[in-house]
Amino acid sequence: MRVTQLMLIAASGLMLAACGNKPLPEAGPSSEPVEPTTSTEGASSGSVGSSELSAEQQAMEAARQAGVIVYFDYDRAEIKPEFVPVVAAHAKFLNGNAQRKVRLEGHSDERGSREYNIGLGERRAQAVRRALMLQGVTENQITTVSYGEERPAVQGSDESAYGKNRRVELVYGR
Amino acid sequence: MKKTVILLACWALTWFAATANAQLVIEITKSAEDAVPIAIVPFGWESTGAAPFDVAEVVAADLRRSGRFEPLDRKSMIDRPTQGDQIRFQDWRYFKTDFITVGKLMPEGQGFAAQFELYNVLTGQRLAGQRLTASANSMRALSHRISDIIFEQLTGVRGAFSTRVAFINVEGTPPKQRYKLIVSDYDGENQQTITTSDEPLMSPAWSPDGQSLAYVSFESKASAIYVQTLRTGERKRVSARAGINGAPAWSPDGKTLALTLSRKDGDVDVYTLELNSQVLTRMTFDPSIDTEPSWSSDGKKLYFMSDRAGGPQIYEVDVANPKRPTRVSFEGNYNARPRVSPDGKQLAVVHLDRGNYRIAIIDLASKGLQVLSEGRQDESPSFAPNGAVLIYATQEKGRGVLATVSTDGRTAERFTNTAGEVREPVWAPFPQR
Repeated sequence: MRVTQLMLIAASGLMLAACGNKPLPEAGPSSEPVEPTTSTEGASSGSVGSSELSAEQQAMEAARQAGVIVYFDYDRAEIKPEFVPVVAAHAKFLNGNAQRKVRLEGHSDERGSREYNIGLGERRAQAVRRALMLQGVTENQITTVSYGEERPAVQGSDESAYGKNRRVELVYGR
Repeated sequence: MKKTVILLACWALTWFAATANAQLVIEITKSAEDAVPIAIVPFGWESTGAAPFDVAEVVAADLRRSGRFEPLDRKSMIDRPTQGDQIRFQDWRYFKTDFITVGKLMPEGQGFAAQFELYNVLTGQRLAGQRLTASANSMRALSHRISDIIFEQLTGVRGAFSTRVAFINVEGTPPKQRYKLIVSDYDGENQQTITTSDEPLMSPAWSPDGQSLAYVSFESKASAIYVQTLRTGERKRVSARAGINGAPAWSPDGKTLALTLSRKDGDVDVYTLELNSQVLTRMTFDPSIDTEPSWSSDGKKLYFMSDRAGGPQIYEVDVANPKRPTRVSFEGNYNARPRVSPDGKQLAVVHLDRGNYRIAIIDLASKGLQVLSEGRQDESPSFAPNGAVLIYATQEKGRGVLATVSTDGRTAERFTNTAGEVREPVWAPFPQR
């Protein structure tokens, strides 16, 4: 019993390490428009007060801390409990910055037929979109695209690679 | 059986030697046991020096791949006649060869002429004979034409050895990958790049006249369907709606595309798009994923994949009255990407078989399913236009390669491309006679 509990605690710690505090991925084609940490000039042209800027920065920093990738189980599109805070942090940022837009890129692992996987990637992107909209983000702040299995995050044909590839990436336009 | 293996090894070796600079290497993964034995005698060369091209090699490979024939290994040939009156039939009967093809190649103008004859070894009867000419760089095409003539003569079925396939080729590792849409001979030779992109290309589909390809491109950072005319290179974007634009499939009359859209609401459904009028008609209405449409040969029905029952299964729907689709696949819990056979009686699908994604055939009358391939992650089956063979993509050492399997499941081959990964092969229709 005690051992199980310890394992659970350890596992949840690992999970947090793996998911909750995930650093932002390196710039790459699908994650390239990562929000710059220090400046938001591009989006808010000029007349924003410094206190607002700081609030925006705070929310963005929180979203960055939470992570920009939501991972999914095999053949599923439900947002798992550990990723609810990720989506919430982005919802908070988007709510406070109505001019900002996010692009939700849905992906699947490589198994099965390609067009069905396009469908699965879309279903996952839509799940994140709905969660954001339920938390007040407006429709015109969100676009979705599904790449199915066409743009894997990692190569490989094992469960660890599959798990990293079943995902939605939240990408901010400039 | 052992003899077969050795024969195959020799055959593969000689093939490799003859095409050392070719991009594809062929591996025979399964060979038919009750195929018709035939001797394709190496062609004579009516000039000086070495023969410029091995016609018999290509013909033998074609016939073997069909699953209907077992060409005699040329090392076993004690005699090499090049015309009918030189054939000693009793010798060939000794090899239990039912048919024999002899021929010769000669210079003609800028290119060559090939003269060949086909005989029944048991009766000594001459079944076919023709003289064909080709330029020096069209010798493979000439050889495939000879295969077509022999195949049709002996089976009554039109040969598909002169047809082409399209596929997606991918090089590089994520996130930097280069995508190409390639058209080649059905055996992977004579590759021609149709389009290239740094963003994914997917789902090529031939127009019924074989003149154009529809495909999906993410070049604008979202999916869109393009139609490209091969001869002119002219390219048209036919669908770039919000959400998914995928899985294009031409109607048999070439006037309409079936396609998958998710529109704004994200509901993944099959639609038809009339190309001239741009009229869009919704074909599926379920909130599940409905995709991968494929037309019946009469153009009245669409087969498609849906996970409305939990896992992916195949359904059919009446195009004129699409409200009530009926389920077609019942075996297993994963059947996807249906393609209709040329005679309209079968569907090729991707079927999850004890943890492996494999190519299977569903008989539409009995709904029975037969697994044909043996890979772990086989995808994208496509029928030869004569229905004799399926081409598909399989994994070899972690990358996609082309493979064929005869639709009776008796012969299988793999074409190992040396550059990059092969995905989503689709077989072109017959060229117009």
